[in-house]
Amino acid sequence: MTDLTKLTIAQARTGLDKKEFSAQELTQAYITNMEAKRNLNAYVCETPDNALKQAEASQEAINRGEAKDLTGIPLGIKDLFCTKGIPTTACSGIIKNFVPPYESTVSQNLLNAGAVFLGKLNMDEFAMGGSNETSCFGPVINPWSKDVPLTPGGSSGGSAAAVAADMCMAATGTDTGGSIRQPASFCGVVGIKPTYGRCSRYGIMAFASSLDQAGPIAKTVEDCAIMLKNMAGYDAKDSTSENKEVPDFTKFLSGNIKGMKIGIPQEYRIDGLNDEVAAYWDKATAMLKDRGAEIVNISLPHSKYALATYYIIAPAEASSNLARYDGLRYGVRVDGNTLDEMYINSRTAGFGAEVKRRIMIGTYVLSAGYYDAYFIKAQKVRRLIRNDFIEAFKKCDVILTPTTTGAAFAIGDKTMKDNPINMWLNDLFTVSISLAGLPAMSLPIGLNSQGLPLGMQIIGQPFDEQRVFEAASALEKQVGFKGDK
Amino acid sequence: MDEQTVKKITFLSRLKIDDDKVESTKDEFVKILSWVDQLKEVNTDGIEPLVSVNQNNIALRKDEVTDGNKSAEVLANAPMKEYGYFAVPKVVE
Repeated sequence: MTDLTKLTIAQARTGLDKKEFSAQELTQAYITNMEAKRNLNAYVCETPDNALKQAEASQEAINRGEAKDLTGIPLGIKDLFCTKGIPTTACSGIIKNFVPPYESTVSQNLLNAGAVFLGKLNMDEFAMGGSNETSCFGPVINPWSKDVPLTPGGSSGGSAAAVAADMCMAATGTDTGGSIRQPASFCGVVGIKPTYGRCSRYGIMAFASSLDQAGPIAKTVEDCAIMLKNMAGYDAKDSTSENKEVPDFTKFLSGNIKGMKIGIPQEYRIDGLNDEVAAYWDKATAMLKDRGAEIVNISLPHSKYALATYYIIAPAEASSNLARYDGLRYGVRVDGNTLDEMYINSRTAGFGAEVKRRIMIGTYVLSAGYYDAYFIKAQKVRRLIRNDFIEAFKKCDVILTPTTTGAAFAIGDKTMKDNPINMWLNDLFTVSISLAGLPAMSLPIGLNSQGLPLGMQIIGQPFDEQRVFEAASALEKQVGFKGDK
Repeated sequence: MDEQTVKKITFLSRLKIDDDKVESTKDEFVKILSWVDQLKEVNTDGIEPLVSVNQNNIALRKDEVTDGNKSAEVLANAPMKEYGYFAVPKVVE
């Protein structure tokens, strides 16, 4: 029999429906692989017994002829999504013992579509990080690592690594400044952050509420379409969820992009851009042109301020959101003589260094005397960044850029450790899109000279994931990336 | 940004840092703040702050009870509870 863990969702759907293999066999193959590859540290909680029960129910549904899109499909869930009765920690020491009494809307949507959950995936603590090294469970190892262990990127590092290592068929991720796209790029897989408001944030632990968005990481553009279709949708429990119909994204995979206008932002060709990244960007542009797209030069003049803007707004929102972790109602409590002392002791013991750094920066920029100079100023620049995109989209349908400035770096990389700003620079090409609330997908474009994957990013207009899928399909067909390590 | 400010921000954040870390934390803050200071060169005269990309579409719901009787679930993760309440250190003398 073929290796079931190499299948895509679309292939597995066919195999399951034709009874070529059972849902239990498929899930068992993933459980075996999940256990065999524990050295990657991709999962922080495995739920094999639960998964096999779900697989059994899936097979019964298939036998009754009632299979849905994801019936019997084994998925991994980022540990930021609350899963009822299954530990959910955001990979933070402060809630290491938390067991949610309810299910997040996105994971419930996936369950409703028939999915099997294999377990919870490692991530940067509260999604703050670009390397998965801030997790209280330790870093994930990128399955593409050669001699030295490389990071899978972050924050959805466990999700991208698990998909790349065939430890789940697809995974959920979340993206606040690049947390789906950068790890997808580093691990040679596909990931999409949909438009802000497309997926409900209910039950996803909040980092920066005006930016956080859920999305899938999978092996192919088609699998991302199947996943997103089953994750998205209006939810009255999230006031920022948009009451818009979810298109069937699988209908937008023809790769026919004749006449589509592809914008190339000149400002992204920064000084010192990695030669291989620049060459692949040119190659991707040529490939889309070959398929009939029209290439248009566009300008995003304020994008160079996106990182600084983001690192005011995101910490500000985080400092407010993370005030809830006080050792009182849930999580870890460290006693103190007064209420304040208990808060301080619990938070100091529970949070990691990067989370504390961001809480303090956020507290500072929101504090009396600095609020206008930093926070309001950043929100004004945010509008200018968004206005640039609105202008650019008058000339083009989608925008093509590299996802990252380079390939995966080593765990413990000294330049990243010495200066937090170096780590933040990982988000250079992804963060402006988050600030503008736009959908964007990363897909593999090829390998660099070290044999490590690089990704391209396709950015769309609000609630136009459809053309992102079309353009990505076209590029995917041209590239023919195999993912063989 | 001075060491006094670092101590104040640390308290406002309800965090604690060791005395021998105050100076290095201050240095790191100075580095980060001088980096974000690049925003000062952007002309934002007459620009409305963007709070959220879909702030205009946010719907209000009726303020009414939609569920309840879940005190056991609410308290299930509490580090300390007594008589159906969250327990805290004594706050009234």
